Amino acid sequence: MSGGLYSTEKNDFDRTLDLKKIKPYGDTMNDGKTQLSFTLPVPPGEEAIEAAKQLMREMGFDHPQVVYSKELTSGFTFFNCYGTCTRAVDFTAIRVPKVTSTRWEMRETDAFVRERIGRPVVVVGASTGTDAHTVGIDAIMNMKGFAGHHGLERYEMFEAYNLGSQVPNEEFIARAIDLRADALLVSQTVTQKDVHVKNLTELVEMLEAEGLRSRVILVCGGPRLSHELAKELGYDAGFGMNTYADDVASFVAQELDRRINK
Amino acid sequence: MSKLGLDIEKIARARRLARTIADDVQAFVERYTTVAVERTLCRLAGIDGVDECGVPLPNVLVDEIRREGMLREGILFFLGNAMIATGLSPREIAGRVARGEISLARLPARPAGAIAAVLRPLVDDCIALVRGRRERRERYLATIGEGPRPYLYVIVATGNIHEDVVQARAAARQGADIIAVIRTTGQSLLDYVPHGATTEGFGGTFATQENFRIMRAALDEVGEEIGRYIRLCNYCSGLCMPEIAAMGALEGLDVMLNDALYGILFRDINMQRTLVDQYTSRVINAFAGVIINTGEDNYLTTADAVEQAHTVLASDLINEQLALLAGLPEEQMGLGHAFEIDPERENGFLLELAQAQMTREIFPRAPLKYMPPTKFMTGNIFRGHVQDALFNLVGVWTSQGIQLLGMPTEAIHTPFMSDRYLSIENARYIFTNLKDIGDEIEYKPGGIIRRRAAAVLDDAIALLEDIEREGLFAALEKGLFADVKRPRNGGKGLDGVAEKGERYLDPFIPRMREYLSNLEKQTI
Repeated sequence: MSGGLYSTEKNDFDRTLDLKKIKPYGDTMNDGKTQLSFTLPVPPGEEAIEAAKQLMREMGFDHPQVVYSKELTSGFTFFNCYGTCTRAVDFTAIRVPKVTSTRWEMRETDAFVRERIGRPVVVVGASTGTDAHTVGIDAIMNMKGFAGHHGLERYEMFEAYNLGSQVPNEEFIARAIDLRADALLVSQTVTQKDVHVKNLTELVEMLEAEGLRSRVILVCGGPRLSHELAKELGYDAGFGMNTYADDVASFVAQELDRRINK
Repeated sequence: MSKLGLDIEKIARARRLARTIADDVQAFVERYTTVAVERTLCRLAGIDGVDECGVPLPNVLVDEIRREGMLREGILFFLGNAMIATGLSPREIAGRVARGEISLARLPARPAGAIAAVLRPLVDDCIALVRGRRERRERYLATIGEGPRPYLYVIVATGNIHEDVVQARAAARQGADIIAVIRTTGQSLLDYVPHGATTEGFGGTFATQENFRIMRAALDEVGEEIGRYIRLCNYCSGLCMPEIAAMGALEGLDVMLNDALYGILFRDINMQRTLVDQYTSRVINAFAGVIINTGEDNYLTTADAVEQAHTVLASDLINEQLALLAGLPEEQMGLGHAFEIDPERENGFLLELAQAQMTREIFPRAPLKYMPPTKFMTGNIFRGHVQDALFNLVGVWTSQGIQLLGMPTEAIHTPFMSDRYLSIENARYIFTNLKDIGDEIEYKPGGIIRRRAAAVLDDAIALLEDIEREGLFAALEKGLFADVKRPRNGGKGLDGVAEKGERYLDPFIPRMREYLSNLEKQTI
């Protein structure tokens, strides 16, 4: 059916969009077309392909198709597949906790802080624990920023301290106290075996033990983090993929205003 | 002949500046030792294993002399002294020290000549062992051979050495030439090397001597099966830099990440500590025939790849001179650079090509290590695969030595077996399809590519002039690399540095240097 061939499948499904029952979209409403790839620990051959198809049926796909398969090494076969998803979800019932601040440009945030806070906001950031990746915290904090979004160092009304990577939580807290931080930014990139969850939880517990938790705005970020997870772990906000310094700065400014000027 | 029309005089000037900078560092380095260097000498003397609390024996010995304020005299003086006093082997002595049965610092000191004499057989054994490893590799290369350059370099990073073996074998069969076992996150900041085979790690696998041994055996086996020698790479960086070099030399590793500045900039390791450690580790790597990879690519994950391209070249030149001072031949210098320009940038590919060709021409004999895009990998695996294809195109076009393959799933997870397959397929397709493109295409005089290469060289010279004026230590304090500032007396590991005392003794490193300079004379 792929590869430019005409589809000979019967399109006997309802083609009107129903937000209560949404499905993947290939080229026709509700066709359910999905692509996926995976590896099975079996040698290549007809049996392997059949195994992949059966597995797709188990996953809830009709018309499973293995369009490509390849032995990766002895005893392992890779599959590219297509199937028709039989499941649907109710889009109208979905509620995702989100950071509720309005996202402003740098100038707007600076102007807001100047007017409402009247002094620079002190932000201390680090990639904490054993995490050696600086890419996340740098993207948010460094002057240059990322993808055209200037980092916090560029903001006139933010005093940004980037402590770099592999900063132990103890040291992070000590620096935050020294610098009288308004907000703490924690970046976590490595998420294998949930190491980030343990580390993020430890920071919250240490801040609570020191009686500091309510005195700072606590924010975490990283490619595998969501606002939902952040809230669950006791953070004020979490920023995942495709969020930039603008998002973080707007949130911190508005949250600080809310706390100071209540 | 420069295809880019680079000014040979300017290249020579850049090298002279880097040499002055490196000489200045070397004068410092030779006066100091570190706990890591001393533990390395323990390992070269045949000491391995752990005490009953799991503390590695090299740490037990070196910690004891440090506690006694004797680090400056070096461990070998005390070890040799104890060998004379007890008649025991270094390993037996280490066991007794661990059990508190003898104290190295309290034994009466024997004459220096007697100590040197008792150490000599240990040095001979070590030299023979490492040479044996080197010759073994050379034999393999002469018989089963190796893949063409650029070598395909892939990582394995399961955390479990036995699972790594499965992944590595698969990658070798798919066409990989170099297998790098990524270390567990945080290992670079451990001031000891863990012991034994390990099965638990985060984002990588512990570098231990036993893990090296397990992977070496697996790669030799698969290499014989497929008729191609498979190189093994690990990470000679962090607080145990020279110890890892020693372990690699003893176990027949082929490639080691080994940068003079990386630990300072990206791990906040004290600069005095790292610069002393890098020297010892490079002598060992040189002697073992190990290709070192430098880490300049990392600058561009922090700083902008277009604006800061010259810092990469300047650092390559400094790394080259520091390596030469350690006796490391150019053929073993995998100087680093990377394909990290924003993919949205107009003509970004031309700038990447200019940088790669320039690096090739400035370091004609070095097996350059070319790093794939990481900073602008977004989770869009489909575009990521195209970015990696462009990266591979530059690699084959400019004859890079080691192509560190990018994964479409970069920024998502450590590679799946299938990710590695797709990457190797991508590289092999492009390397075969465009094999001789570098010989066919010339660069337009006055065009974007030639102008860019000339500008980067000019900027690198200006930076090297600044560093030469200030000295490398001050330059690092001012943040001239990767926008990162590091204080001379800050960072981790400074308390493990000591100025060498009068009785300081190390017969291992000079013996390796001697062998290397003889080798150099033979080739000239």
